Amino acid sequence: MAKLPKPEELSKIDYKPPKTGCGWRETPVQFKEGMYCFGSRPKYLEEVGFPNAREWKPNEEDWKLPENWKDIILDGLKERLEKYRSFRLFMDICVRCGACADKCHFFIGSGDPKNMPVLRAELIRSVYRKYFTPGGKVFGQWAGARELTYDVLKEWWYYFYQCTECRRCSVFCPYGIDQAEITMIGRELLNLIGCNTDWIAGPVANCYRKGNHLGLEPHAIVSNLEYMIDDIEEITGIRVDPSFNRKGAEILFVTPSGDLFGDPGTYTCMGYLMLLHEIGIDYTWSTYASEGGNFGFFTSMEMAKRLNYKIYAEAKRLGVKWILGGECGHMWRVVHQFMDTWNGPADFLEEPVSPVTGTRFENAKTTKMVHIAEFTADLIKNGKIKLDPSRNDHLKVTFHDSCNTSRGMGILEEPRYIIKHVCNNFYDMSKNATREKTFCCGSGSGLNAGENMELRMRGGFPRANAVKEVKEQHGVNMLANICAIDRAVLPTLMDYWVPGVSVCGTHELVGNALVMKGEKKRTMDLRLETLPGMEDSEEEE
Amino acid sequence: MYIEELLTEKKRVIVRKWFDLTIETYPEETRNFLKTPAEQSANPVAETIHSALQGLFNGIINKETTGTGVASYLDNVVRIRAIQDFTPTQAVGFIFGLKDVIREELMNDVRRHGMYEELMAVESGIDRMAAAAFDIYMRCREKIYDLRANEVRNWTYRILKQSNMLREHEGEGI
Ligand code: SF4
Ligand code: SF4
Repeated sequence: MAKLPKPEELSKIDYKPPKTGCGWRETPVQFKEGMYCFGSRPKYLEEVGFPNAREWKPNEEDWKLPENWKDIILDGLKERLEKYRSFRLFMDICVRCGACADKCHFFIGSGDPKNMPVLRAELIRSVYRKYFTPGGKVFGQWAGARELTYDVLKEWWYYFYQCTECRRCSVFCPYGIDQAEITMIGRELLNLIGCNTDWIAGPVANCYRKGNHLGLEPHAIVSNLEYMIDDIEEITGIRVDPSFNRKGAEILFVTPSGDLFGDPGTYTCMGYLMLLHEIGIDYTWSTYASEGGNFGFFTSMEMAKRLNYKIYAEAKRLGVKWILGGECGHMWRVVHQFMDTWNGPADFLEEPVSPVTGTRFENAKTTKMVHIAEFTADLIKNGKIKLDPSRNDHLKVTFHDSCNTSRGMGILEEPRYIIKHVCNNFYDMSKNATREKTFCCGSGSGLNAGENMELRMRGGFPRANAVKEVKEQHGVNMLANICAIDRAVLPTLMDYWVPGVSVCGTHELVGNALVMKGEKKRTMDLRLETLPGMEDSEEEE
Repeated sequence: MYIEELLTEKKRVIVRKWFDLTIETYPEETRNFLKTPAEQSANPVAETIHSALQGLFNGIINKETTGTGVASYLDNVVRIRAIQDFTPTQAVGFIFGLKDVIREELMNDVRRHGMYEELMAVESGIDRMAAAAFDIYMRCREKIYDLRANEVRNWTYRILKQSNMLREHEGEGI
């Protein structure tokens, strides 16, 4: 941390930033601690066959790149320009209208102009112009083109890992230019020369080998769930009895592994266990396809495809009819927008039909995978579960739309519908900060590491600010969501910006309100905390 | 004539200039955005700063330069600047901009009415605010480190608890 100045120094400070006198193109990137993640360890890259595995540090001069790194990147860029028509279009059609400029949470929170989406895209676009357009080849910087240098490469790395691929900017772009996809390709190119982050590469390798980000082995998964089952029994008097790896079950349930071990995700997981028990469906967990999330998506399309395939391979092995997925964000972006082209159609599965209501999930016709928010909303709509929302009366709830489920696949109403049925106090945030215009948590797309905490607090500020507004207006004390990354990172964000607001998955609220057949009188919520008004009955016991 | 009356009279222009000066601490390309009025949720940094500066200036007028009200306005701004690209001095230095603006706006009147002592009292109030801002800045920076540690703890708590790695007093083991 920097040294504190003396009082006499203080009165003389110049509060204007020094004029650099040169444009953004010529200003080399400064690696600032707290703003970037550690470089990936070689073992993780080796495990999945990624190139240039070596020890390296992003803030060091020498990144230990292969000698021909520039050719690798330019060849990779060429290949992708040919392969993805959308990418080529995004490179060509931006008219620099600036509509996206102030829409990125990282720009809003940091004030760093290079976090304007249009400039983030320009990082790669300027190189594209230089090597792939006649104007750029001839006129160079006059045509907005620039050479791919070591500094430019470092700048790519720094700023493509300051974009959460949230797509908020694209909502405002008149041409629909999707910066998230530009970032994805930028990261994919960087991966060609081994420039990844440890926080992403680790989970990818773990998931590839053991089926989940943490590398939890089957017995650990079962024992984690059993631990929750004990808690459920303590709260409700009912012992739920899920099955694992059971062949012939009708439905395979897959959720992000964050729900299996990290609070408050575990409470959400208890909610799933209770609900799926209560409606008595024929379903199974898998200890092999034990990860809904897909960090491969933050490295390359190919890696994402490999990890996504594991879920479908397991569904095939077990012979289930369809897949029910837990509350996750990017898992659903992958399923909704990419899975079909990579690994689909999943012909060996059936079009999902709710065994309880008979509802046919036509939106999942080819992917055969249904989001639990849709599934539960349908149960409620058809009156198939009994709910006592007053058990959540101690909570004043608002809802954070995760970027992936809202902008990525249009799940906007279902979670709100559920929350309004399981809680009596729900307050939406400002329309600028919800639904399609939702602000990112600031830690998505693999940026939820610890070493880049400053970056996360900057990026998360617009979201936190909107929460603060409803806290001040309505006394909101709970921030619900349907994403495991949100459950992991929003508590930290709240702790810094809006203390006093907790975070929960939507199915934790469902679990609290769910009236189960034969249950004992509830005196505790899923966190084993005494429900208001039940203090006496606790003592009686 | 009291200096507070002059300050009240010129409140709008002083706060506006102070705000502009504070925004000058951001990169050139960003200033326009920060200076354009918008809804709080669309431009939270600028709106937070603007309303905090107003609150702090009211504090100066009302001679309330310490206490929880002032602290919470300072916190709103410093909390933001503590995680932006500023050195500690820059992060809280915006407060001294108010001295410059007040001198610029009131110097003639101060001379005419011989209110030097009153001006000095106002400036001491600003210094008190700056000192408080530094404490807040330090707390924010410490908090960033705590956040990291707490997050790791939340993530691994269950696993450690299950494997009996926590001692009797929950949490002591980590
Ligand atoms: S995709 Fe999201 S994080 Fe990336 S530039 Fe656009 S708004 Fe910013
Ligand atoms: S809104 Fe679209 S066209 Fe306009 S500057 Fe941004 S990316 Fe370019």
